[in-house]
Amino acid sequence: MVTYVFLAAAAVAVIFAILAVVPRNPMTNVFSLVVLFFSMAAVFAILGMDFLAAIQVIVYSGAILVLFLFVIMLLNIREVEPFGSGRRWQAVIGTLVAGGIGALILVIAGLLLPEQGSVLPGVADIGTAAPIGKALLSTHLFAFEFITLLLVASIVGAVYLGKRGDR
Amino acid sequence: MWAEVVVVGVKLVVVLAVMLTTVPIMVWVERRGSALIQDRLGPNRVGPFGLLQPVIDVIKLLTKENLRPEGVHTFFYLLAPAFAIAISLSTFIAIPFARDSGLSIFGQPVDGFIVAPNLNIGVLYVFAIASLAVYPVFLAGWSSNNKYSMYGGIRASAQAISYELAMTISVVGVLMSAGSLHLQQVVDAQTGTWLGSLPRWNVFPQFLGAVTFMVAVFAETNRLPFDLPEAEAELVAGYHTEYSSMGFAAFYMSEYLHMIVASSLITVLFFGGWNLPWIDIPFEGWAGALLSMGVFAVKVAFFMWFFVWVRWTLPRLRYDQLMALGWKVMIPLATVNFLWVGVGLTLGYF
Repeated sequence: MVTYVFLAAAAVAVIFAILAVVPRNPMTNVFSLVVLFFSMAAVFAILGMDFLAAIQVIVYSGAILVLFLFVIMLLNIREVEPFGSGRRWQAVIGTLVAGGIGALILVIAGLLLPEQGSVLPGVADIGTAAPIGKALLSTHLFAFEFITLLLVASIVGAVYLGKRGDR
Repeated sequence: MWAEVVVVGVKLVVVLAVMLTTVPIMVWVERRGSALIQDRLGPNRVGPFGLLQPVIDVIKLLTKENLRPEGVHTFFYLLAPAFAIAISLSTFIAIPFARDSGLSIFGQPVDGFIVAPNLNIGVLYVFAIASLAVYPVFLAGWSSNNKYSMYGGIRASAQAISYELAMTISVVGVLMSAGSLHLQQVVDAQTGTWLGSLPRWNVFPQFLGAVTFMVAVFAETNRLPFDLPEAEAELVAGYHTEYSSMGFAAFYMSEYLHMIVASSLITVLFFGGWNLPWIDIPFEGWAGALLSMGVFAVKVAFFMWFFVWVRWTLPRLRYDQLMALGWKVMIPLATVNFLWVGVGLTLGYF
């Protein structure tokens, strides 16, 4: 049962990842990304990571893609450059790099996953908010605080750039 | 196995039926309520007190010609209303609507009056789905090939992003004091009294949070005074200008469905869910479940009336006022509430 759900989610993810790049209509691309993020959330949910699944949808589909859409509508982009209209060698190198990263991920996943014959980690409530929150504020406290610092720096930068025209 | 499916199925059917039945009743309440507030009569010809007016309206909408203007992007144009209905119907499954004291149907435990009892992320699920509610508005605005629709879509996106922040921050306080994301536990944490005399509802210790949440929810449901995406004085009808017949009806329905979910969320998060003030639900078993369901329904009905009341009382905000209110007032207030809850929890006030 779990395997079939996973296969369906994975197939949908692959199809819509292609649809997010190939069509010329920017709205189609963005909505393919929405479906893609949903199928990734489904994969997280299968793995018992309910919290990550919800955050995936809230952050990516709910906030970042809304910004994408806002820009598309503000600039009224009706069509983007057709797929493959750039320099030929760029496309070749890009495909090679993407394929290489994909292969690398597969190899690493093969090395990391224990020989269980199952995709499920089998650990109870690892995906709820409590263990993630505890890990963030104990084990990974430095990284967590450092990211907030980075975010503050970028906000200050954005405000500075936005204000510069007013003077 | 099958008993389990039946229990979940019964819950789903009940929730769906109640939500879909509430929509025409709310349309009637809205029209009669606006008439009451504006000292008019309102629809009173069809049936007693005009109660059958929504039925007639539905027949009219169903039989009207479904115009599809030239130059629309057909796929997205048709997807938008369906998407709107789907999203607004799927949020309710994480909301508990009655008290369960170990009841069972066909020997299968009811497991709480909530469609998805094992969804431990609870309120996050509701926010995840609710954050998608802006997509149908976008799709409609973009695919209609009409500049008014387009402006409606752009406004909706900016508004949704701004007010979602305030809404999320204001809920954090509630989740902190309940110690859980699951709405059942949020309701359970609101039984009993606070400071000896007040009911232990989150609205009392977290008044600022309740106010910001309610204002943000008004903005998220695109209701007056925040209905900028469909401001009829400036944008004809905003994002659904080009929809007729059932396409329009779908958007109209989804607005009321969003109101039901929003009122339920206000009730569950800040007004004690199915808890009675000062006294416990006196009965056990099914009687207690039905009574608590009634209490929940009365509270939700009050907040739905509140939506109508505000709509016909307050004028629409200007766009810069809307943005200023969202970023300069709502987010700081929600943050103050969040800090207060942190301090209060540390000092043991609640």
